[in-house]
Amino acid sequence: MNMVDSAQPFKTLLGPESDSQRTQYPYVTGTSVVGVKYKDGILMASDMGASYGSTLRYKSVERMKPIGKHSLLGASGEISDFQEILHYLDELILYDNMWDDGNSLGPKEVHSYLTRVMYNRRNKFNPFWNSLVLGGVKNGQKYLGTVSMIGVHFEDSHVATGFGNHLARPILREEWNENMSYEDGVKLLEKCMRVLLYRDRSAVNKIQIAKITEEGVTISRPYALKTFWEFNAFKNPTVGAEGSW
Amino acid sequence: MFRNQYDTDVTTWSPAGRLFQVEYAMEAVKQGSAAIGLRSKTHVVLACVNKANSELSSHQKKIFKVDDHIGVAIAGLTADGRVLSRYMRSECINYSFTYESPLPVGRLVVQLADKAQVCTQRSWKRPFGVGLLVGGLDESGAHLYYNCPSGNYFEYQAFAIGSRSQAAKTYLERKFESFMGSSRDDLIKDALFAIKETLQGEKLKSSICTVAVLGVGEPFHILDQETVQQLINEHEIVEEEAPAEQEAAAAADQDAPPADEAPPADQGAAPMDI
Repeated sequence: MNMVDSAQPFKTLLGPESDSQRTQYPYVTGTSVVGVKYKDGILMASDMGASYGSTLRYKSVERMKPIGKHSLLGASGEISDFQEILHYLDELILYDNMWDDGNSLGPKEVHSYLTRVMYNRRNKFNPFWNSLVLGGVKNGQKYLGTVSMIGVHFEDSHVATGFGNHLARPILREEWNENMSYEDGVKLLEKCMRVLLYRDRSAVNKIQIAKITEEGVTISRPYALKTFWEFNAFKNPTVGAEGSW
Repeated sequence: MFRNQYDTDVTTWSPAGRLFQVEYAMEAVKQGSAAIGLRSKTHVVLACVNKANSELSSHQKKIFKVDDHIGVAIAGLTADGRVLSRYMRSECINYSFTYESPLPVGRLVVQLADKAQVCTQRSWKRPFGVGLLVGGLDESGAHLYYNCPSGNYFEYQAFAIGSRSQAAKTYLERKFESFMGSSRDDLIKDALFAIKETLQGEKLKSSICTVAVLGVGEPFHILDQETVQQLINEHEIVEEEAPAEQEAAAAADQDAPPADEAPPADQGAAPMDI
């Protein structure tokens, strides 16, 4: 009983806010999202996995969603926080549509709004535990940006979250170019997702590629990437005994 | 309008379905000095007459910058106008901060109108006594709106409010059809002419008027006195010349030379004569 009691004093030291809730750690999380600008708009890829700690618990989670007419949002991190953000955005888009005046929120505006939300929550020590990728096209202008859980935000021609930062971005730096066709873009994203599948423990082999252009949003059906495991080193792993691979 | 038993409270309807306090508020706008606005596809020009109370005092500010892409000219109770301008600035800056994007002027005027409407439906408030000509730029081009104390708002190609605004309106009615395609400079010229119409023969000088412009690639700014005086001189916007210019423009088909000599007494008198 003493052990339990010793936990309480620390919390009560916080004073008046001792009974308020705050996100300390995430529970159900999605892994990397990768996004690139291409000739006609934005391409984004993510897998459909949601892990519960080290368990690959859910395998059909859509981590990319269309927002309004002009934007696409992808998220990694806590899935429940992502759903909450979608709820906020739903309301935002609803009010925007209710004006019914020919004006509409474009990707730049949605990105800025999300930045304000994320930063605000961070300041209250209760972050949305997500890294967001926001892409879109409006009036021919392509936009791709990202916001982190602490409110760090920027725009770029290619972005990634989580492990994607370490594994996908170097590939994109080498191989991305401004005038990629749709096929080129998909190939590039698949290359990134394949590397992530090999090397990220929380990746699952069920991915979606989303495309947004002036015409609108399309999110592909889920599919699996082809992988190669016929390396010699994998075939007789114990050859050479301890110390080898 | 005469006093009657239904005009004490804004929350009292008359049997004819009128709210007299609101109508009286609109009267206050008519008493203020003139303000006019006109717009083309890409630009909006706001201009107003600035009469100081005495030679010793400065004149009241009647044109306010609300944001880089929105400006407002007021007529009526300038104090009310100042407060509403502050509200508009606040709304614009909050929107910009959240969305990193300019507030569409069409949405601002609706918010402004809703704010005015509140004051027509509370017994402890009074309607704002100011009319606002809001000029702004958004995705669909340049817009000019007029916001009433009643809470109504309308979009205009060109409009004039305040005292002797009818003279300006008459001038604008003649020319408005060409405004959409006007160049920025022609628009300013027409604004100055319209202002001149409200002066009842008084000489148009840059010291008694203010002109502001905004447009595509040109953030809202008030033209300085020198520039305005130059433009006045350039277009010779003096009483006798103006009707002659208009006559010349109207007689474009005919070979008659610009009637500089012929005293256009009849033409000159008409716009002044309200």
